[in-house]
Amino acid sequence: MTPAITLSDLTCVHERHPAVHHLSGRFAPGCLTAVVGPNGAGKTTLLRAIAGLHTAHEGRVDRGGLSCDRIGLLPQASALDRGFPVTCRDVVAMGAWGRMGAFRALPADAAERVGAALRSVGLAGFERRLAGSLSAGQFQRVLFARLMLQDAPVLLLDEPFTAVDARTAADLLKLIHRWHGEGRSVIAVLHDLDLVAREFPETLLLARDPIAWGPTVATLSAANRLRARLVAEAWAERPELCRDAA
Amino acid sequence: MPGRRLITAILFDPFAMGFMRRALAGCFALSIAAPPLGVFLVLRRMSLTSDVLQHGILPGIALGAAAAGLSLWAMGLGGFVAGLAVTLLAGWLTRATGGREDSQLAGVYLIALALGVAIISAQRGMDLTHLLFGSVLAVDDAALLLMAGVASAAVLGLAVIWRPLVLESFDPGFMQAVGGRGGVYHLAFLALVVLCVVGGFTALGTLMSVGLMMLPAVAARHWAAELPGQVRAAVALALVASYGGLVLSFHTDIPAGPAIVLTAGGLWLASLAAGPRESLARSWLHRPHYVG
Repeated sequence: MTPAITLSDLTCVHERHPAVHHLSGRFAPGCLTAVVGPNGAGKTTLLRAIAGLHTAHEGRVDRGGLSCDRIGLLPQASALDRGFPVTCRDVVAMGAWGRMGAFRALPADAAERVGAALRSVGLAGFERRLAGSLSAGQFQRVLFARLMLQDAPVLLLDEPFTAVDARTAADLLKLIHRWHGEGRSVIAVLHDLDLVAREFPETLLLARDPIAWGPTVATLSAANRLRARLVAEAWAERPELCRDAA
Repeated sequence: MPGRRLITAILFDPFAMGFMRRALAGCFALSIAAPPLGVFLVLRRMSLTSDVLQHGILPGIALGAAAAGLSLWAMGLGGFVAGLAVTLLAGWLTRATGGREDSQLAGVYLIALALGVAIISAQRGMDLTHLLFGSVLAVDDAALLLMAGVASAAVLGLAVIWRPLVLESFDPGFMQAVGGRGGVYHLAFLALVVLCVVGGFTALGTLMSVGLMMLPAVAARHWAAELPGQVRAAVALALVASYGGLVLSFHTDIPAGPAIVLTAGGLWLASLAAGPRESLARSWLHRPHYVG
C-alpha cells in the first residue's frame, strides 16, 4: 500500500541558506512526478529530505506512516567506493537489506530475484562481475537492479539517466513505468525537459522557491521556466532574514 | 640423504622445542584472525590507522605493567584501551581536518611512542626490546592463551559483522538510507583490529604486530580480485610468513617480530613482482587479448 507524501511549508537549509524554501504540496500515492529546475535549485536536498536524510529546518515531511527505510533512493553521485571488490550479485543483494538486516539469513528467493533484477536491466549473466569493472552506465543499471530488490513503495531517483546511453535510458524508463504501473510512487529529478514532457504526467519546478507543481504541460510553461532561470545560483553576500520564517 | 636431513634440520628441528611450538601455534592463530581485518583496513584506505595503532598501544601496555606488575592481562588490557583511544583520536582528526590528517597523526604516534618508552624506562625489570620487537621466549602458556583467545574472538567477531561491514565500506550512503547503523559496525571493526594487534604483542612486539595484519593484506590484491579470495590469500600468506619467520628467527637470532614481518615483506615484494594479478610481471608480459 503506497501512502501519499505530504510536504507542509518545508524549508531545508545548508548553513542557514535555504535549498528548499517554503514548499508545500502532495505526492499522491502512485504518482509519477518529475522534479526539474536549475543547478542549485534544491532538487537533491528535497529528495534527501523525503528519504529522511536531510532534517527539515522548518515545516515537515509527512510520509503517511511509511518509515524512511521503506523509501528507495537512487542518489545522483553516490559516495560509494567502486574500488571495493564486491560482485554485482552482492551489490544487488544489498537491496534486500530491509528484509535481512545485518544478521538474518539471505531470503530464500534472493539469488533468483537478483538474477531476475539483473536481467530486467539488461545485465543478464553479470552476477560474478566486479562492480569496479563496469562502465558508469552499466553500474547505474546495477543500482537500478538493487532498487528493484528493495521493493519500496516510494522510489526517489536523482538524475537517473546521467552517463547513460540512449538505449539504456529507454530500458530504465520502461522499468520506471513498470514501477508506476505497480502502484508505486516514483519521483525523479531530471534535466531533459523533452523527456519529462513525454513521459511524466506531473512535474514540480523548483528554483529553491517552488515555481509550479502540477500537470507537466502547465508547469513547464514558458513563463514558469523563465522565472526559474532568473533565480540567482549564488548565495547572497549579506542575505536578509526570511520574513516567513517561523 | 644429507640434503633431506639438512632441510629437516632447518625447517622442522626448531619446533622440537616447546617454546617454538607455542610461538608457532600462537602466530598461526593470529595469522588466521588478523589478515582479514587487514584486508578491510587496506580497502577502506585506513592503512595509516595501523601506523597509529602500532605506536599507540605501547604507552597502554607500559601503564598496565606499571600498575599491575608484569601481568600479561593487565598489559593487554592497557594496550587495548590505549589502542582504541588513539584509533578513535585518529578517526576524529581525519574528520576534523577533512582528510589532511597525516601531520597530526605523525604527532600522535611520535608522542605515544616516546611516552611508552619513557614509562618503560622508568620501570625496573622490563625489557624494552622484547616489548617493541617481540620474543618467542615470552610466549608462555598464558601468552598462547591470550593469542588464541584473541584470535578466536576476532574471527567470530568479523564473521558476525561481515555483511554490514562490507555494505558500510562499499556504500555508506546506502547503509544510512536503509537505516543501518554504520557507525556501530565501524567501531566494532576498529575494536577487533586493536584486539588483534594487542594479542600479538608478546611474540611479535608492539611495533611489529601490525605487520602480520597489513603486509599479507597488501599482498593479497595480487592474488585475488574478489573480497573472499583476497581474505583467503592474505591468511595463506600470513601462515607462510609466520612459519618462515619463526624458522628465520631461530637460526639467526633476529627477534620473532622483525623476522616474521621481514618474511611477510618478502612475500609481498614477490607478489608485487610476479603475482597473478596486477603485478609487474603481468604488466610487462604482453598477452594476446580476447575477442569479447
